[in-house]
Amino acid sequence: MNYFARTSLGPAGVAILLGLFLLVFLVVPVAKVIFVAFQDPNTGALTLVNFADFFNTSLFRESFFNSLYVALMSVVVGSVIAMPLAYFTTRFNFNGAVLIQTLGVIPLIMPPFVGAVAMQLLFGANGSINLLLDEWFGINIPFMEGLNGVILVESIHYFPFILINLSAALNNIDRSMEESAQNLGANGFRLFRRIVFPLAMPGYVAGASLVFLKVFDDLGTPLLLNVNNMLAPQAYLRISSIGISDPMGYVISVILVLFSLFALWTSFLAMRGKEYATVQKGGGGLMKRDLRTWEKVGAYAVVIFTLLIVLSPHIGLTLLSFGTIWSFSVLPDGFTLANYQEVIGTTSDYITNTMLYAGLAALIDVVFGTAIAYLVWRTKLVGRKWLDYLATGALAIPGVVLGIGYLRTFYEVEVPFIGQPLASWWVIIVVALAVRRLPYALRACVAALQQVAVALEEAAENLGATKYRTVKRVVVPLMSGGIIAGFVTSFATAAVELSATIMLVSAESDAPLSYGIYVFMQSAAGRGPGAALGMIAVIIVGVATYLSHRVIERGKREQALDAALAGGV
Amino acid sequence: MTKNTRNFRVAGVLILAASLLTGAPLVRALEDKLVVVTSFPKDLTGAFKAAFEKKHPGVEVEMLKKKTTAGVKYLQETASNNTSDMFWASAPDAFEVLKSDGLLQKYIVKATGIPDMIGAYPINDPDGYYKGFAGAGYGIMWNERYIKAKKLPAPKEWLDLAKPVYHGHVGMSAPSRSGTTHLTVETLLQGEGWDKGWAIWKEIAGNFNTVTERSFGVPDGVNSGQFGLGVVIDFFGLSSQASGFPVQFIYPTVTTLVPANIGIVAKAPHPEAAGAFIEFLMSQQGQELLLDPKIRRLPVRPDMYSKAPGDFPNPFKDKSIGAAVKFDVVKSKNRYNLVNSLFDVMITYRLNDLRAATKAIHDAEAALSGKSNAQAQKLIAEAKALVAAVPIDEAKGLDKDFAGIFKKKRKKATDKVTGRQAEVEAEWDNIIKANYTKAKALAEQAKSML
Repeated sequence: MNYFARTSLGPAGVAILLGLFLLVFLVVPVAKVIFVAFQDPNTGALTLVNFADFFNTSLFRESFFNSLYVALMSVVVGSVIAMPLAYFTTRFNFNGAVLIQTLGVIPLIMPPFVGAVAMQLLFGANGSINLLLDEWFGINIPFMEGLNGVILVESIHYFPFILINLSAALNNIDRSMEESAQNLGANGFRLFRRIVFPLAMPGYVAGASLVFLKVFDDLGTPLLLNVNNMLAPQAYLRISSIGISDPMGYVISVILVLFSLFALWTSFLAMRGKEYATVQKGGGGLMKRDLRTWEKVGAYAVVIFTLLIVLSPHIGLTLLSFGTIWSFSVLPDGFTLANYQEVIGTTSDYITNTMLYAGLAALIDVVFGTAIAYLVWRTKLVGRKWLDYLATGALAIPGVVLGIGYLRTFYEVEVPFIGQPLASWWVIIVVALAVRRLPYALRACVAALQQVAVALEEAAENLGATKYRTVKRVVVPLMSGGIIAGFVTSFATAAVELSATIMLVSAESDAPLSYGIYVFMQSAAGRGPGAALGMIAVIIVGVATYLSHRVIERGKREQALDAALAGGV
Repeated sequence: MTKNTRNFRVAGVLILAASLLTGAPLVRALEDKLVVVTSFPKDLTGAFKAAFEKKHPGVEVEMLKKKTTAGVKYLQETASNNTSDMFWASAPDAFEVLKSDGLLQKYIVKATGIPDMIGAYPINDPDGYYKGFAGAGYGIMWNERYIKAKKLPAPKEWLDLAKPVYHGHVGMSAPSRSGTTHLTVETLLQGEGWDKGWAIWKEIAGNFNTVTERSFGVPDGVNSGQFGLGVVIDFFGLSSQASGFPVQFIYPTVTTLVPANIGIVAKAPHPEAAGAFIEFLMSQQGQELLLDPKIRRLPVRPDMYSKAPGDFPNPFKDKSIGAAVKFDVVKSKNRYNLVNSLFDVMITYRLNDLRAATKAIHDAEAALSGKSNAQAQKLIAEAKALVAAVPIDEAKGLDKDFAGIFKKKRKKATDKVTGRQAEVEAEWDNIIKANYTKAKALAEQAKSML
């Protein structure tokens, strides 16, 4: 009896709680804002006329195709960057694989504003590279012109989604599969193409679909590059203009959400009916082998070149933070520590807040992500897919919309004992970050779960373990790689989020780093200090990422040791 | 103890208790906190916070920085449970929005010695809801290294920016994004007339490198050399210069000076401290802070200019700054959103088409110079007219019913407006796109004849 209660009611209870959370903190606030999309602007009656207007406007159709094109191209370019890094570091005995994996995450931490300024200073029409090219060869390459610039910046920024998820998937592949293939005579590229890559598919699709969705909905990059003819900037520009409340902004938000869900559904279809799980665990991961000398040189060359490109915004940021004046020149006029001195006194609050908010948000995300992944893929609850769709839909909600929605919904709700509106209590920032970053953790957890064979759970349950115990002792440990990957992506991106945060910060003492950077980047004199603050953000998140990698590695070694001991007994 | 004295004592206690309860001492103390929602940079807010806290120890000032649009939304959404005391930003139109939503309260400034007008613009809101504390005017800034490297001349007037030599070198923000940019656009429309004003804007915009999303994007782009010249508000240019960037700034003849403002939020939790802050801002001490090289705004007290550095512009003495246009506030207000929308449809969102048409016209004109070809000349004139064409005339732009389509919301449920903004914009967009395409074709045809 007890067993039954736990198996059927437990998951249902968890599902209801999660559903409630998403309803209160995602659906209701967003609905409060975007219902305008369904209102006739003249009479206030319910209507779909705004959607007809959308499809009748050539500007919006053009924006739609531009967004689609940029998102697809970013997936392509991002894959080209991520695949060699993931493959080399998981396939071969490579010095500093952890370091490369960590550096590979750094691009996700592109602080607002400063990242784009740094990119312009390096790659812009009059940036360092083009000034040098002009001097040497008399040419100018438009890296940053229009959609090219958006694709370049987006793929550099978001390729880590592919890298992290693909690496986690590669590490989870059963070695025996590879051995069987080799015994049958496959090796080299054929082995990769026919065996390794298909087995890592869940990770790749998880990463690629995240990149696609994120780029499709991304607002910051096109705005900072002043590209207006894409959907997300069109929505934002219409929502945030002074005094105008044109419903089209909200119509575009609705369309962004619907299209994101459609894209997600397509990726579900692509993955359906395929079996990726492997039974054997413990000795998992691809066989690692040593490289021959010339191979090593080649591999290092590829890795270093890739890292140079993907870390270029941060190289620019470093120069900016130590530079004096940098204007129409290859390098800053001089170097100084003054920028760091200026921010050092003011940052401790920002840093504590950032760690607290991003840490809590990422923790909530992996817990919820694991739970949702399990409910969706391992139970037969009615409507379970909707949890996934809902949580992922958050990806498509512009931060401003969520921020306004929170103010609108929670400003009149007093927090008991604090006597403050919920909307101005710092916890609401954590909730906003958690909701906005949940899709990242969720994708990573889903990919990890898909690689765990149901047979292992059934075995555990046959041996008398309860559902709860099975999840805790078998499923979660086997998913740990994916869970940590989810934590890292959620944490790193939450640490530099601005668009919802800026609406919700109600006291400077509650403000995170990204807000501090924003404050500095509003004046000419603040550019250097803003960059210095950006560097501090990057370093903190980078160190946190590195440490969490170390923790996983140690966990893995201990597991391996346990397995060996168990085998010995 | 007699009955009488006891009565006196009871009465005394009652009076004391009453005065304690109503809190009506002779000198009203300031509250211990002041929350200011502001769009100003740290350089400015930090200086005022420090000086005010020094003058009124015991008051803690919280500067809550939001960009103007986010600040307005924040105050609107939090009005039901307001925790902010003041709104402090540049754009007068943001204050107009708050005022019409009933989110500001009146305040009468006690400080004296502040004139009514700066340039041609009234310093304070005539209804008393917000006050100007500093002047700001639009002008042109440029990067000296950039124009030297590209061999460009330094500009003097708005029209200079329309010259072919500046093609692809100019940056500006959009009026829908920045209230102060809106004033520049409107100033030229009022100064030159509707049709000619738009024609000039489109000639200049044909040379744009970019339309930035934030108003600070313009000085930022010029400072880093991303583009060479920018249409900016004076303090962006002057403070960039003061921070050491190799940039210059000038005021063209047709410009307007507008006040940057402050107002007290309705139902402010700390109204006394808010009043004290306004008084401090208007005092000699507060106004002098504006001259700081990192802040660089024009004080509204004419007596402050004697303390300013030699090259500091003085609008109260130099009547050429901001005096050329008599700014019609009502007209501007009536077509506010409509002008924003027109600018975005014709320029921001169709910048690539506009640039291509402008380039073709420049090329054809260059080919024509020194030759005479009546037909080519006619084609070029036709192309220019197509680029300049505005989908609606001034009368329609001021038509209340038509402008109502662009109003932010219906005032009453019974208000009935025909037409939707998106519908009108789509219609304009079709006209504009066709015009630019045809203009480009005509200019190319003209060039092929030469």
